[in-house]
Amino acid sequence: MRDLFRKREFNLFIFILFIIFGVSLRTPSFLYINNFVDILDDTAILSMVAIGQLMIIVTGGIDLSVGSSLALSGMSVALLNQYHPGIPIFMIILISIAIGLLLGSINGLLVSQAKIPPIITTLGTMSIYRGLVFVLCGGTWVSAHEMTEAFRVFPRRSFLGISSLIYISIIIVILFLIFLNLTRTGREIYGVGGNKIASQYVGINLKKINYLVFTLCGGITGLAGFLWVARYAAAQSETAIGFELQTIAACVIGGVSIMGGSGTIIGVVLGAFFMGIVYNALTMINVSPFWQMAIQGFIIIFAIIINTVMDKRNQQLMLRKRSFNE
Amino acid sequence: MNNCIIEMKGIKKYFYGVKALDGVDFKIRTGEVHALIGENGAGKSTLVKILTGVYQPTAGNIILNDKPVQFPSPQVSQKAGISAIHQEATMFPDLSVMENIFMGHHIRNKSNGLLSWREMKDKTQSLLDKLELDIGPDTKVRNLSVAQRHMVEVAKALSLDAKVVIMDEPTSALTLKEVEYLYKIIRKLKSEGKAIIFISHKFEEVFEIADYFTVLRDGKYIGEGTIADITVDKIVQMVIGRSLEQMYPKLEAEQGDIILKVKNLTKIGVFKNISFDLHKGEILGFFGLVGAGRSEVMQTIFGINTKTSGEVFINGEKISISNPSNAMNHGLAYLPEDRQIQGAILAMNIRENITLPIIDRTSRHIFLDRNREFEITDEYGKNIEIKASGWEQLVEDLSGGNQQKVVLAKWIATKPRILLMDEPTKGIDVATKATVHNFISELAKKGIAIILISSELPEILGMSNNIIVMHEGVITAKFTREEANSKKIIRAAIGSIPK
Amino acid sequence: MNKKNDVLDIKKIRKVSLLNIMWQWEIILLFIFIMVIIINSNLSPYFLDYTNLMNTTFNFIEKAIIALPMIFVIICGDIDISVASIIALSSVFMGMASQAGVNTFGLVVIGLFSGSAAGFLNGFIITKFGIPAIAVTLGSMSLFRGIAYVILGDKAFTKYPTSFAFFGQEYIGNTMIPFELVLFFILAIIFGIILHKTTMGRKVFAIGNNSTAARFSGIPVNRIRLIIFTATGLCSGLASILLTSRIGSTRPNIAYGWELEIITTVVLGGVAITGGKGNIFGVIISIFIIGFLKFGMGLINVPGKVMNITIGLLLILAIMLPELLKRLKPKNSFGNVNK
Repeated sequence: MRDLFRKREFNLFIFILFIIFGVSLRTPSFLYINNFVDILDDTAILSMVAIGQLMIIVTGGIDLSVGSSLALSGMSVALLNQYHPGIPIFMIILISIAIGLLLGSINGLLVSQAKIPPIITTLGTMSIYRGLVFVLCGGTWVSAHEMTEAFRVFPRRSFLGISSLIYISIIIVILFLIFLNLTRTGREIYGVGGNKIASQYVGINLKKINYLVFTLCGGITGLAGFLWVARYAAAQSETAIGFELQTIAACVIGGVSIMGGSGTIIGVVLGAFFMGIVYNALTMINVSPFWQMAIQGFIIIFAIIINTVMDKRNQQLMLRKRSFNE
Repeated sequence: MNNCIIEMKGIKKYFYGVKALDGVDFKIRTGEVHALIGENGAGKSTLVKILTGVYQPTAGNIILNDKPVQFPSPQVSQKAGISAIHQEATMFPDLSVMENIFMGHHIRNKSNGLLSWREMKDKTQSLLDKLELDIGPDTKVRNLSVAQRHMVEVAKALSLDAKVVIMDEPTSALTLKEVEYLYKIIRKLKSEGKAIIFISHKFEEVFEIADYFTVLRDGKYIGEGTIADITVDKIVQMVIGRSLEQMYPKLEAEQGDIILKVKNLTKIGVFKNISFDLHKGEILGFFGLVGAGRSEVMQTIFGINTKTSGEVFINGEKISISNPSNAMNHGLAYLPEDRQIQGAILAMNIRENITLPIIDRTSRHIFLDRNREFEITDEYGKNIEIKASGWEQLVEDLSGGNQQKVVLAKWIATKPRILLMDEPTKGIDVATKATVHNFISELAKKGIAIILISSELPEILGMSNNIIVMHEGVITAKFTREEANSKKIIRAAIGSIPK
Repeated sequence: MNKKNDVLDIKKIRKVSLLNIMWQWEIILLFIFIMVIIINSNLSPYFLDYTNLMNTTFNFIEKAIIALPMIFVIICGDIDISVASIIALSSVFMGMASQAGVNTFGLVVIGLFSGSAAGFLNGFIITKFGIPAIAVTLGSMSLFRGIAYVILGDKAFTKYPTSFAFFGQEYIGNTMIPFELVLFFILAIIFGIILHKTTMGRKVFAIGNNSTAARFSGIPVNRIRLIIFTATGLCSGLASILLTSRIGSTRPNIAYGWELEIITTVVLGGVAITGGKGNIFGVIISIFIIGFLKFGMGLINVPGKVMNITIGLLLILAIMLPELLKRLKPKNSFGNVNK
C-alpha cells in the first residue's frame, strides 16, 4: 500500500482532486458536469499528442516540431476539404494521419540515420513545417465557411453525451497502453531509454526504435491536426503555435524523466488533465489568458525540479537503507 | 571426459596498431570451470568480447561444436548459447528485475501475440528461487545492490538457456557470504553440464573454484593447464613474467613527520569512520575489493565528494576541502581510477592535458602562454618517458600506458606534497608498469607522501610501507610491510578479520 | 624514448596551430559566403550597394551579438533556447521603466541587469539541480516571454526617450557604419580573445570535451557554466536594448523565434553541437552568410516564414555535413581547433 503512495501517478491524482476541491469552493460552477466535459474536450488533443511526446522523451529525445506538424497536417486537410468537399471524412482522417506519419518519419530518419540530436532536428523541422503551412495557405486562413459541415461537426458528434473527440482520444490512450505495455517493441522503447548499450547487447535495433517513436508521434499528431482544425473550425499559419511546450509540460508533470527510461501513459494523461484543469480554473476565476504562457513555463521548471530532487532523495534513501542493513 | 564446446585458435585482434591479442588459443569444455587469468590489460576482456560478438577477430578461428562459426553480433553469440555477465552490470535501472531478464526476448502469449507478464513473472520467480535470491520480480534494478545485480545477470543467462556462461571478475564487489554463494551457484551450473569461463586477475581465488586455467600476458597466450597440477607461484610466474622479488623497486625512502591525518571520516552509505595517518616519504597501500569504498574516501579527501562527518588535518592543521581546486592549494593531488573519463581529456592533446590543473599558474594573468606550457609539458613528459610523436599529439591516439603517463605527469606537475593514486597501473603493460613503479618510488624518496590504491596483491605487497585494508566502507585491517602477507590481506578484504 | 620531441620546437607548434585554425570548415564557409554574394548580386541590382548592405546589418547584428556567448554555451555542452524570451522580458522591463520616466542611462542599466538576472536564473537552476539545460531553458523560454505577456497583454510600450534611439538607429560619425555593427565587432574581438587566448577559453573547451575530467582537474565546472549562462543573459539584454531602440517600441512577441537563427548561426559556424569544438571565425562568417542570405531573399520578396524554412534546412544540413564528411574520410581530426 505504501508503494502506491510513492507512485507519481497516484499523487498527481490526489493533487488534482485537491485543486478541483479548492477551486469549487470559490466557484461552485467549476463542478458542473458540462464544465468537466469541456475540460475533457480541451485536453483530449493534448493527451493524444503528449503520448507521442512521451514515447520520444522515454527514448531520451524530444520533439519540438509537434505544434508545426499538427498545423501542417491540419492545414493540408482543411485546404483539401475546401477545394474537394466531396472527399469523405474518413478519407480526410486517413490523409491527415498519413501526412503526420510522413512528417514524423522525416524527423525519425534525421535522428536515426543522420544521427542529428533530436533537439536540433526538431528545432529545424519546427521551422520548416511551420513555414510550409504558410506556403500552403499563402498567408490566408481556412475559415468555418470554407469547411464542409461534415468536417466541422465531426469532433462534436456525440454519443451518450460524450463527443467523438473524447472517444478518439480514449481509443488512442487504450491503443498505446497496449502498445507500450503489452508488446515487445513497446518495451524496447523503454529499454533504449534506460540503457542504450545494454539494449544493443540484447539485440534491440536502436535505429528502428528511434525512427519508430518519431513516426508514431507524427501519426498521432497528424490525427490531432485534423481534430484541431475541425474543432476550432479554423486553420491558419499560427495554429497550435507553442503547442509542443504544452505536450512537454504534460509529460513532465506526469512524472516522465527528462533523461529518458521512465514515464507512463496514465501519468501523461493525468498531466494533460492537470493542465486542462488549471487553465479552466484560471478562466473561471477571471485570470486573463495572458497568464497561460508564464504559468506553463513555471510549471515545467517546477515539475522538473521536483522530479529531479525527488529522484536524488530516493537514491539517498536507498543508500541509507543499505548502510543500515550492514 | 568433457566435450570441447568451443575452441578459439590463433585469435588476433589489432586496434589501430595496438596488438590487443596476438595469437591466442582457448578451449572450453562442458561441465568445466575454466579460469582465464592475466593482469589488467592482458587481453582477457578483448578475448571475451570476441566470444560474445562485440568484437570481430582480426585473424583466427572460432570453432563451435566442431563447426567453424562467426559471431558478427552479440545476438548471434547469444543464440549460440554464450552468455556473459559483465563487471559493470548492463542493466536497465528503472525497469524491474523481470524486465531486465526478459528484455529483448519477452515472452508472448501464444494466442494473441501480446506480452504475457504472468508467464514472465512465474519464470522469473522460479529462476530467482533456483538461485536462492530473496528479491521480488517486480523490484526495480536501481534498488538492488551490486551483488544482487550480478545475480540477476546470472538469472538472465539461465533464462537464455546458456551453455557457456562467462563471468568477468564476478567476486570483485562481494562479501564473504556472497562469494560462497556464488561458488555454490557455479558448482550447480557445472553439474548441469554448463561451461563456465571465470575471468580473474586475482589468481589466488581461482584456486578455490576453477578446474582448468589459461594464462594471458600482454595479449599473448602464455600457457594453460589443470589447477590441480599447478602451484600459485608457478601461475604468478606465468602471469607476471618475472618472480615477485624482481618486480618491485627497493623501498628506501625515509619516513618523515605525519603530513596527513584523517579522523573518523564518514559518508553515509559509502564509508564509515575512516582514520589513518600518512607520513612524508611513505607509500601507504589501500587494498580492498571493488566497492570497498577506497576511491570514494580519496575523492572525498580531494574534494570531489562531500563528507558527512569527520576531520582532515594537513601538517597538523585542520582543513576543510570543498572542491578539487581547494585540495590542490593544500598540496593534494588525486590520480583517478578511470583514466579515460576522470583522468584525461582524450580529445585534447598532451600539452593541454598536462597543463590543465595548473593552467592558471602557467598563464600570464588570464592569457595563455603556450611557450611556458610547452616547457612544462616537456619537462614532466620527458621525466616520465611518455612515448608520443610530439606534445601536440591527441591523448586518444596514445597507448593505455602512455595515457596513464600523461595523467601521472599532469598531477606531478602540480607539485603535490600528498599524492593519492587510484589504481595507477590498471590496464597497462608490464614494462610500463615497472616504469611507473620506479617513478612512484622516486617520488617517495623526494619526500612526497603517497597513498596507493590497488586491487593487485603483488603490487600492494611490493610497493607499500604500510597497508590498510577496506571492506564495505570500513577499515578492517592495518599492516606494516613486515606483518603483511597475502592470506591476511585477502581475509580482511573479504570481510573476516584476521587473527 | 622521445627521439622526436627534440625536433618539435615551439615555432613549429605555432605554425601548425595557425594552419589548424584556417582548417577545412572555415574555408567551406568562406566559399559559401562568396557564393551567397555572387548569387544575390545576380538576382537583384540592389544587393551590392554599400548603403544597403550596411543597413541590412541592422537586421541581424542583434542576433549576432547573442551568438557570441552562445558559442560558449554550446562548446560547454549546453544549450539555451530562452534567449529570445529574455529579449522580450528585458524589453518589457525597459518599457515599464520608460513609461515611469526613467532616462536612457537607466534604461540601459535595466536592460542589461534584467537580461543578466534571467540568464543567472537559468544557470542557477541548471547547476544547482543538475537538470539538463535543454529542459530548463525550455521552461524559462515560456516563463520569461509569459511574464512579458502578463505585463503587456496585447498592448505595446511606445514611449521611449529620444536619446534612447541612438543605440539601434545611429551610425558612427559620418560613415554609414551602424553603431550596432561596430559594437558587435568590438564584442566579437573580446569574445574571440577570451575563447582562444585565455585560460577561461581553455577551461570551457575542457568542460565541453570531458566535464568529469575537467572537474577532477580542479576546474570549477558549475561556476563556469553559471557565468556563461549569465553572460548569455547579459548579451540578450544588450540585444534587447538595441532592438527596442531600433523599433522604438515593445511588444511581448518581439524577437519571436530568434533562438532558431542564433543556434543555427553558431552550429553553421562549425561549433559542434556535442560540445568541445569550435572557433570564432567560423561563427562570424556564418553570421554574415545568413544575414546576407536573408537580405538577398528579402530583395526578391521571399516571405519571412519561407526564410525560416531555409534557416531550418541550414541548421539540419550544418550538422549533417560534418557527419557525412567524417564517414567518407577514415581518420580526421575535423574541426579540432583551439590550440
